[in-house]
Amino acid sequence: MKSNWYKILAVVLLAYVIIWGFLGTIPRQPVLHETARNLYFHVPMWFSMFMMLSVSVWNSVQYLRTSDMLHDTKSSEYANTGILFGIVGIATGSIWARYTWGAWWTNDVKLNGAAIGLLIYFAYIVLRGSFNDEQQRARISSIYNIFAVALLIPLLIVLPRIGDSLHPGSGGNPGFKPMDTQHTMRIVFYPAVIGWMCLGFWITNLRLRLKNLEQIHQENS
Amino acid sequence: MLKEIKALIDKEIRLELRQKYALNGMILYIVSTVYICYLSFRMKSNQIDVITWNTLFWIILLFTATNAIAKSFMQERFGRQLYYYTLASPVGIILSKIIYNTLLMLVLALVGFGVYSLVMGNPVGDMGLYLLSIVLGAIGFSSALTMVAGIASKAENSATLMAILSFPIIIPMLLMLLKISKNALDGLDRGSSLDEIMTLLAIDAIVLVLSVILFPYLWRS
Repeated sequence: MKSNWYKILAVVLLAYVIIWGFLGTIPRQPVLHETARNLYFHVPMWFSMFMMLSVSVWNSVQYLRTSDMLHDTKSSEYANTGILFGIVGIATGSIWARYTWGAWWTNDVKLNGAAIGLLIYFAYIVLRGSFNDEQQRARISSIYNIFAVALLIPLLIVLPRIGDSLHPGSGGNPGFKPMDTQHTMRIVFYPAVIGWMCLGFWITNLRLRLKNLEQIHQENS
Repeated sequence: MLKEIKALIDKEIRLELRQKYALNGMILYIVSTVYICYLSFRMKSNQIDVITWNTLFWIILLFTATNAIAKSFMQERFGRQLYYYTLASPVGIILSKIIYNTLLMLVLALVGFGVYSLVMGNPVGDMGLYLLSIVLGAIGFSSALTMVAGIASKAENSATLMAILSFPIIIPMLLMLLKISKNALDGLDRGSSLDEIMTLLAIDAIVLVLSVILFPYLWRS
């Protein structure tokens, strides 16, 4: 029970977010209207993705230090969950863009950054798939994970210099805070971030347990 | 340490000169790519857009670089790598490979630039700055790609892997280089490119430091 608190937290918070996210009042804005509710689903996806990927990189570093296979399994599973959040984030963002900007995809700083980030992690999965030897796969994919992330950070700094952004919260566009004078969005948004992150840890936890059981099954058969 | 690096670079150059077909092959590769672009655009000189001229040149360089550097770890047989392992330190090996690849890229890029401006016309306004961007590009490409080549060489089907692993992480460099060379094309004041040059040097420094830290782990496998 003690170690399951975050699962309960995820269920409670997300139930609250889904119900109150659709029923709660939000400030009226031109163009945005009801699409502003996407804030509760789209933005926490990226926060959770960054959380998952940071844990993944941290595990990669730990693997190189200790050569413990557990860290490698964790690193790959956290990366998988991060990719899942990234895909959902792009999907929710794309639907939102269709109704506010009028196009599924635009040439925007944040969109390009997200796409390149996902490309890096798809490459990571392909790289993992091309090894048969476990030790070697673990070591080399850890190295790539660290190397790629270190180059992703300058990209996120470089990109905004190349072009302006339409995206809320950057390029001079306001985020949600100045509009949210009644704090009606804030009380849903912050729980949403925590809830989705807990869900991310939960998914990864399930995947890790499944991996562990599969391994035990293989060893016994 | 310096002596070791010098000896290793010396060895690389000797190897290259002894098997001239590899170097000639790379030069022929870039020349024929330029010629294919020339024929595909079917243009009289100077009828192509300046931006297209610049982008096309950098894309040709990028593909040449991936091809030229991909072989830096595949050329040598496993047994000989084991022999180097006993002789030299991994830091010496990665630094010597990076320096050698930089020299190789400089030769290829300058030959490519010569042929390219011969057949496609040369609209460059500030030649000094453009050459500087080529030099910076050679350093950046070779340092990032050498590490990726090391990673890819450990896996099967490494030619595909080389491309998918390197393209996403090379993007920040490529964007900065395009910006600098665009400024050089327009003959802008050199002070306006200083910001990009500093960013590029910072990225190069990150890549170098990471290569030195991570390569020993890669080498051990």
